[in-house]
Amino acid sequence: MDLVLIQLLNGIQYGLLIFLAASGLTLVFGIMGVINLSHGSFYMLGAYCALTLTQFTGDIFLSLLLGVPLAFVFGVIIEWLFIRHLYDRDHLQQVLLTFALILIFNEVQKILWGSYPHSVPVPGYLQGGVKISELLSYPYYRIAVAGFCVALALAMMFVIQKTRIGRIIRAGESNREMVEALGIDSRLLFRFVFAAGVALAATAGIVASPLESVYPGIGEPVLIISFVVVVIGGIGSIKGAFLGALLIGVADALGKVYFPTFSSSVVYALMAAVLIARPGGLFGRAA
Amino acid sequence: MHNKSRITRRDALKLAGAGAAVAAFPFARPAIAQGAPLKVGLLLPYSGTFAALGDAITNAMDLYVKQQGGKLGGRTIQWVKVDDESKPERAVENTSKLVEGEKVDVLIGTVHSGVAMAMAKIAREAGLPTLIPNAGANALTRSQCAKNIFRTSFGNSQPGVAAGKAMIDAGIKTAVTYTWGYAAGEESVEGFKQSFLAGGGKILKEVRLPFPNVEFQAGLAEIASLKPQAVYSFYAGGGALKYMKDYAAAGLNKSVQLWGPGFLTDGVEKAAGEAGNGVKTASHYVDTLDNAENKKFRADYNAAFKKFPDVYAVQGWDTTHLLDIGLKAVGGDVSKKDDLFKAMRNAKFNSPRGPFRLSASQNPIHNFYLRELKNGENVFVKVAATDVSDPTTGCSLA
Repeated sequence: MDLVLIQLLNGIQYGLLIFLAASGLTLVFGIMGVINLSHGSFYMLGAYCALTLTQFTGDIFLSLLLGVPLAFVFGVIIEWLFIRHLYDRDHLQQVLLTFALILIFNEVQKILWGSYPHSVPVPGYLQGGVKISELLSYPYYRIAVAGFCVALALAMMFVIQKTRIGRIIRAGESNREMVEALGIDSRLLFRFVFAAGVALAATAGIVASPLESVYPGIGEPVLIISFVVVVIGGIGSIKGAFLGALLIGVADALGKVYFPTFSSSVVYALMAAVLIARPGGLFGRAA
Repeated sequence: MHNKSRITRRDALKLAGAGAAVAAFPFARPAIAQGAPLKVGLLLPYSGTFAALGDAITNAMDLYVKQQGGKLGGRTIQWVKVDDESKPERAVENTSKLVEGEKVDVLIGTVHSGVAMAMAKIAREAGLPTLIPNAGANALTRSQCAKNIFRTSFGNSQPGVAAGKAMIDAGIKTAVTYTWGYAAGEESVEGFKQSFLAGGGKILKEVRLPFPNVEFQAGLAEIASLKPQAVYSFYAGGGALKYMKDYAAAGLNKSVQLWGPGFLTDGVEKAAGEAGNGVKTASHYVDTLDNAENKKFRADYNAAFKKFPDVYAVQGWDTTHLLDIGLKAVGGDVSKKDDLFKAMRNAKFNSPRGPFRLSASQNPIHNFYLRELKNGENVFVKVAATDVSDPTTGCSLA
């Protein structure tokens, strides 16, 4: 298989993974209007959670089953303690508080897990890979992660488009007062959305942990790329986040083949181009 | 940003008190006769990615001083710690805090090369004795060298020179380099090219990844298409761990040998597990070095901190050893700068890493060892190169 095809494959897989992280951010940002800088920390906590849980369960997917509900509950607590005080405040205060959360989570991480990098094992049945060229094979686990991401994306789109809770979320995004006037408690709605965002970030951290090494600050690059995805896809749009993430994944991977020297700026050039053509993002409302 | 300087005057006082008590006991001399304590400023990372390195260096230095009864050259040592967070943008502020604010007598720092470059600039102007226990930027002991600045770790090119030589010795003729495209990676590759090309090796391609990017797949695919006999890579910490795992997961470890400087495996040996098997690195330290200093150091360090020392701890140990030699020569009087610097420059001692001395530009001349990672342990293979020195290019002392 030639280099471009291999890179295309890598790009799609990378894109699917960043979709998982970005989807939670776009929900929280789009529906609640909260700029959540600590989103990357929830990714990091997911990865560390996977590290600890896998030591007990021995399997990353069992850790996922345990870790996601834990993350959701954690999200509810964080929303109740901190985030709910931010809804009527301006972006600067949101940035300040969520930035403080990053610092706190980083310290907690250091106290609990120390500063050496760790690795999370790939389950035995997914060891090895498909041979795609003479020397290179493509790991089964990466294929499994890609499949998981696609399934989750479809499930999210179904929930948001077709279910009652999805309709409430969409309504809350367009007109919060009207939703409240119809007798829906927006405080509960927001708490649910925030916790779902945390759970999604943690999910991304958990499934990515066997691919990554788990180390302090693992969430920060994820936060930045997630914001890029949200901006490209359009704030609040899951479909936009999905396509935006794939675009970025592929652009990044192909950029590394064609312009290795500028590969780290390809993603931002793409973002600038999208913003010029469609200031609201691909699926955003006109800004 | 938060300001997290850890100036622990209280800790320093406790240490000073303990030191004075130990010294006073056998001779029953009053502590006051020992003169004022010597303030040693520690500019090291105590938080962030390199926190573990800062801790290891500090532990070893503390152990050395405690074994000397809390004193070097007759002066009670008082540590003044500042957390540099490995942030170059705060380096000037943090260094000034120690040099101008605390008016330290001796400066020791740091791990991150960017921070060390800014620190060295201030240290050069202030002229105080300065020891670098890790940062490897070549310039620190090349064009930016100074008579008051000593490095006890390595220059970034040194491990590369040793690895390149060992690869030629192992019969490798073709290689691809795949590294982070920033100063430390480039300098490491520079050293590697120097000895690998001189030995008749051929470099098929130099692949770079922007620091601190850890999406290695593109480069791995490229390596697979170039089919070299070996790859030379510089990565460190979490990135290095992910790299070794991705390398193995792509199946490349079966057909292309992976080589690098010691940082590729240091600190992540256990975490790499099976993925790390067969990775060969050149370093100035191996846990299992068979010399008396190393055995004693490992036992003492383990007794004090309940874990075994790594290469960073060894560098910390040698830093205090070198300072000790200098201070002894001047009876603890740091104002006798010429004599102090001369004694340090000419110091020769047996470190846990083996024989240690300094070049004209005050960078270590030491042995490099070839190690192979096997089931979570770096196993000693052979001495890759003896008395490896770094060029003194552009240094006014040479």
